[in-house]
Amino acid sequence: MSQIYTWCAVLLIVLTSTAGDVLLSRAMKQVGHVGQLWRRRGWLAVMGRTLRNMNFLLGIAAMATAFYALLFGLSWGDMSLVVPASASLTFVASAAAAKIFLHERVDRRRWLAAVLVAVGVVLLAR
Amino acid sequence: MTFRKYLVLAGVTLFSAVGDTLLSRGMKETGGISWQHLTSIFLVVLHPPIALGILFLFAFFACYLTALSWADLTYVLPATSLSYVLLALVARFFLHENVSLSRWLGVLLISAGVGFVTQGPALTHKPRTAGSHPSAEPAVTEAQQ
Repeated sequence: MSQIYTWCAVLLIVLTSTAGDVLLSRAMKQVGHVGQLWRRRGWLAVMGRTLRNMNFLLGIAAMATAFYALLFGLSWGDMSLVVPASASLTFVASAAAAKIFLHERVDRRRWLAAVLVAVGVVLLAR
Repeated sequence: MTFRKYLVLAGVTLFSAVGDTLLSRGMKETGGISWQHLTSIFLVVLHPPIALGILFLFAFFACYLTALSWADLTYVLPATSLSYVLLALVARFFLHENVSLSRWLGVLLISAGVGFVTQGPALTHKPRTAGSHPSAEPAVTEAQQ
C-alpha cells in the first residue's frame, strides 16, 4: 500500500517540477535576454521584470509544490528510489513538455540526450 | 554561443554542486529533523554550512534563469545534470571515496547526453527556414539578438 503512495508522490514530483521548468522557461523568454537587459537597464529592471512575471510566480509555486511532494515521498518511500526515479523521469517529461508547450524542436539528438541523462541519473544514484 | 554564455552554464553546474554538498554536509551535522520538532527546520538555516549552501543555491537559480532567457529548456536541463558528474569526480579525487563501476557508467551516459545537446543550437523554437542545416542555426540566432 505504501508503494502506491510512494509512486503517487513520484508522479506528483515529476508533474509539478516539469510544470515549474516549463513555466520558468516561458517566463524568462518573456523577460528577455538577461545579459542585454542588465547592460541597458541595470539589475533592478531585471529583478523587477522577473518578479512581476505571472509565469515566474506560477513556476515558483509549482517548484515549491514539487519540493513538498519530495518531502512527503521521502517519508513514505526509500530515498534511493524516490530521488533517482523522480529526477530521471523529470528529464524525459520535460523534453516532451518543452516540445508540446514551448514548441522547442526536440529532435532525435535531444531525445537521445534526455534518455541518456535519465538513465545516467538512475545509475549514479544507486 | 559566446564564452560568457558558457560561463553561465558552468555557473549552473558549479553552484548547484557546491550548494547541494554544503546542504547535505550541514544536515548531517545537525542530525535528522523530526516531525515532532518542526521549529528546528527554521533554526537550521542559521547553521553556517546550510546558510552558505542556500546562498550557493540562490546563485545557481540566478544562473539557471539567465540561461533560460536565451536557451531552450531542453538545452539547459541536461547541463544541470552535469553537477552529478562533478560531484562524482569530487568524491573520487578529493574525498577519495569509492565510486562504483555503475556510477562511472552513469557519469559517462550523462556526459554523452550533454555532449549531444551542446553540439546543436541553443535556441530552436523560432521557425526554421526549410533546408537549412541544424548546425547553421546558432549563427542565425546569435545574429538575431
